[in-house]
Formats: sequence, C-alpha cells, structure tokens
Amino acid sequence: MIENLDLTLLDWSRAQFALTAIYHWLFVPLTLGLSFIVAIMETIYVRTGDEEWKRMTRFWMTLFGINFAIGVATGIILEFEFGTNWSNYSWFVGDIFGAPLAIEGILAFFLESTFVAVMFFGWNKVSRRFHLVSTWLVAVGANLSALWILVANSWMQNPVGMVFNPDTARNEMTSFWALLFNPVAVGKFLHTISSGFLLASMFVLGISSWYLLKKREEQLAKRSILISGIFGLLSSLMVAYTGDMSTRTIARVQPVKFAALEALSEGKQEAGLTIVGILKDSGRKIGGRSLTEFSLKIEVPGLLSLMTSGDRDAFVPGISDLVNGNEARSIMPVTEKILRGKEAKELLSGYKASKHEKMVQKADSISAVFRDPGFISGNFRYFGYAFIDKPEDVVPNVKLAYYTFHVMVLLGFFFIIMFALALFYLFRGTISARKWFLWLAVWSILLPYVSGELGWALAEAGRQPWIIQDLMPVGAAVTRISPGSVITTFILFAVLFTVLLISEISIMVRQIKLGPKH
Amino acid sequence: MTQLRDRLIGFTRFYYDGFRNMSTWGRQVWVIILIKLFIILVILKFLFFRDFLNTRYQSDTERSNFVLNQLTNTR
Repeated sequence: MIENLDLTLLDWSRAQFALTAIYHWLFVPLTLGLSFIVAIMETIYVRTGDEEWKRMTRFWMTLFGINFAIGVATGIILEFEFGTNWSNYSWFVGDIFGAPLAIEGILAFFLESTFVAVMFFGWNKVSRRFHLVSTWLVAVGANLSALWILVANSWMQNPVGMVFNPDTARNEMTSFWALLFNPVAVGKFLHTISSGFLLASMFVLGISSWYLLKKREEQLAKRSILISGIFGLLSSLMVAYTGDMSTRTIARVQPVKFAALEALSEGKQEAGLTIVGILKDSGRKIGGRSLTEFSLKIEVPGLLSLMTSGDRDAFVPGISDLVNGNEARSIMPVTEKILRGKEAKELLSGYKASKHEKMVQKADSISAVFRDPGFISGNFRYFGYAFIDKPEDVVPNVKLAYYTFHVMVLLGFFFIIMFALALFYLFRGTISARKWFLWLAVWSILLPYVSGELGWALAEAGRQPWIIQDLMPVGAAVTRISPGSVITTFILFAVLFTVLLISEISIMVRQIKLGPKH
Repeated sequence: MTQLRDRLIGFTRFYYDGFRNMSTWGRQVWVIILIKLFIILVILKFLFFRDFLNTRYQSDTERSNFVLNQLTNTR
C-alpha cells in the first residue's frame, strides 16, 4: 500500500463518507417515491374533480415538501469530501464523474427546483393541468437526479467506457453510452428508484394506518392505502426483480463480492441458495483471513447455480477459487493479477521517468501502450492490484456482506406481503378492524429505511478494498491530510445531520397530528 | 417589451405571494434550509473542505504530477 499511509486516517475518512452517505440516504428515497404518489393522487383529482383527492394531494405534498426541504443539499457534502479527503481518486476518475454530475446539476436539478415552486405556490394561480404537469415534472426530475448519481457510482463498481491517460493521470471517457448503459447502472437505477417507491408507499400506508387507528380521516386514509397498496405492491415486485437482476450482474463483474454476500467459501456445482443461515468461523484460512461456514442454514439446492447461470449444474466460484485461482475453471489467482497490476504500474513509473528526463520518443511509445486494447484488458484492468500486499486482502468483510444482503432480501419479501395484505383487507372492507395489521404498518415505516441502508452498505462495503473495482483501492485514493481534521468534521456532520433529522421528524409528526386542512 | 415586463412582474409576484402566504411549516423549513446552506456552503466549504489539489497546486500539470507520484510511489 502507499507509503506511510496512516490507517487511522483511512478509517476515519471512510467512516466520514459512510456517515454522510447514510444520513443523505435517509432523505432521498422518500422524495423519489412520494413525488410519484402525490402526482398519481393529483392526476385522479384533475380527472375526477373530486375535492377530497385535492385535499389528499395537498396533505401528502406537505410531507413531501418537509422531507425535500430538509434533505436538499445534503448530497453536496459528499462532493466536498471527494475533493478534500479523496483527492487522488477525484483526480484519477477525471471527467467520468464530471459529465453525469454536470447533467444532474443542469438538467435534473433545474427541472426539479423550478417546478417545486409551481407545485407549492401555484395552487389556484396556474391552471389545474399546468399544476399537474409541474408535479409530474418534479417527480421525473427527482428520479433523473438519482440516475446520474447512480451512473457515477456504477462506474466505481464496474469501470467501463474510458481510457487512462498517463500524461494527466486521469481516466478519459471514450463512450458516454457505455457509461450510461453500464449493466450495473441499469440494474442499480431501477432497483434504487423502485426501493424509493416502496419506501414512500410504506410511509403512506403507515401514516394512513395511524389515522385509522385514531379513527380520524377515514376516507383519506383508505384512499391513501389504496394508492400506496397498489403502488407499493408493484414497486416491491419491481424491487425483487431488479434486485435479482443486480445480483446476477454482481456475480459477473464483482465475483468476490458475490461470493462474500452468499458466504460461499469454496466454489461448487449445483450451488444452493441460502434462504436463512447463521455464519461462524470455519477454522480454515486463506492467508491470514478466516473463512466462514454455516452453523445453521436452510437452502434450496441448485438454485444459486440456476439463478446465476441459468443452469442448475453450473459452477459458482467461492472465495478460495477467486483468491487462489482455479485452473480447471479458468479463474486467475490474485497473485497473477498483482503481477499484471505491477507491470502496469511500472510502465506508468517508466512514463513518468521518461517525461522527467525529456525522453519524448520513449514517453510517446509508453503512452501508446496505455491505449492498446491488449494492454488495457491484460494489464491495466488489474492496475489496482499493484497496491495489494496479500492476495486475501481483496476479500471484503464476509459476515457484513452476507447479513446485509440476506436481511435486505428477507425484508423485501416482508414488504410484498404487507402491501398484498393491505389491499386484501381494504377490498374486504375489514382493514379498520385489523388493529394488529395497522400497528404493524405504522412500525413498518422504519423498515424500508433499514433495508435501503443495508443495500448501500452491501454495495459500498462489499466492494472493499476497492474504491474503483480492480483499478484503485481505498488506500491509494485517500488524501494524506491530518486525521484530526477528518475526526473534527466527522463530529460536525454527526451533529448537523442529527439536528436536521430531528427537525424533520418533529415538523413532520406535528403536520401528521394536525392532519390535512378541511 | 411591455409583454416581457408584465411577464417578469407576474413571475416576481408569483414568488412574492408564495413566500408571503407561506404556512407555518413552510416558514420553519425555510429557516432550516437557510441555516443549513450557510453551514454547508460557508462554514464547511471554506473552513474544512478546501479542495486539496486546487488549493495546493496552481496548474493541472502540477496536479497530474502529484497524483502520478502518489500512484507510483509504493514500497
């Protein structure tokens, strides 16, 4: 790893980024989903002219507004952190991040923020149809914002559509479309926005259930349950489908992460899908790292092979295969990747020396090698391995990856059942009498937040040690600044975000208790 | 010209009326937004989050050389 790197600095820099991202993600998904629910309600109002739908729209729009206002700009801090704490990384990614983030800033944020004003100030001042179009544009704009951020994040999981320029030490985009239609980006965008729809549906279902328990606003509550039940059921099914799609992509482009999230220490044919399982250390090791095994598990035989390759007999590589290599399965050992990465790094050092000694011809010939497709696929794609000390260092925390993934999946099934039950009881006309279900719905408001954060923990911690998969480990990306300043800002953020969160919850609870205007 | 002026007046009035007739929760969140933006864009940005490469180096060449050194400077 980079000389004299202070691990305390690296850990605090990672902790700070994680804290900011976790808090930021508490505000975002409700905006993504509630904007669409409000738009659907307003559409029904405009089509039917029923004033009760207008009252509902305005009530949920108020809660949307509180969340939008408190959450807005919390993501900017992440961009500050890139420039201050992750400067090597920020420079290395070059214009790959610049393009999608610029589009996000100009197009989506402009769309969102302009029409939010019409949404809140425009009642009775603009036509019904123009107001409705504005509400829809806010929903589309908010989700488009998410698209560009997720495209940038997906590049970190699966870097595509670029070439490295040794002269500037930056990656340069060669194909915007490769970046946009990166298979990780497609799955991640659909999975993330549908999880936001699900979260907002559970939010509406939970608050409506509270009104039914308090015997207040029964018509509003039942109509809201109808909308959130249908929207939530469709979203939770979409979450399951896109989650499966994303996991298949992970199996292909991040096989170590995949083996970790399934806690698959040894590769196997007819690999079973674990439904529920408890992990323990197996006593076996790869280098200095302990491997895990199940002390208890319920699995469906062959299903993991079937889901990843479409063939029940297919081989699914485990952590041992991916670290030590498996010649029979054409899996390259990490030691070989380290050698190839080091060759790429030595060539970069050679380029630097040639430029320093003004050996123009030699520098030009090395520069041409960095554009050679054979070198890119054979060496440069393993550039980050040059910074890896021990092969087992490429394995993320297996227990963290496994539990975050499996708890998230179990919650996903729970949400499908909740929305299906809500619609079932609503159509049978018995929902008001099902007190246990109403209370469960109220407390379930928190669960999509938990599953969303688990999903991000899996995506980011499961990618470790990489900040950019195979190209740059976190240790090479961090800026060597004083750990004290990182700790200070960590504490500042913890206080700032906690105050924002408490403010949001208290203003929102007060509005919910007040209820919609009559 | 007159049409443009009327539109500008209408646009300004739209926002003026919107803010003037804002509900209690609206005023509260605006206070929070302004305090938050001040903390993020003034205090955090200028005191704690100076861009490392932009503040230390004047040109892109210097920045490239620094990162190149970082990437090749290994044990």
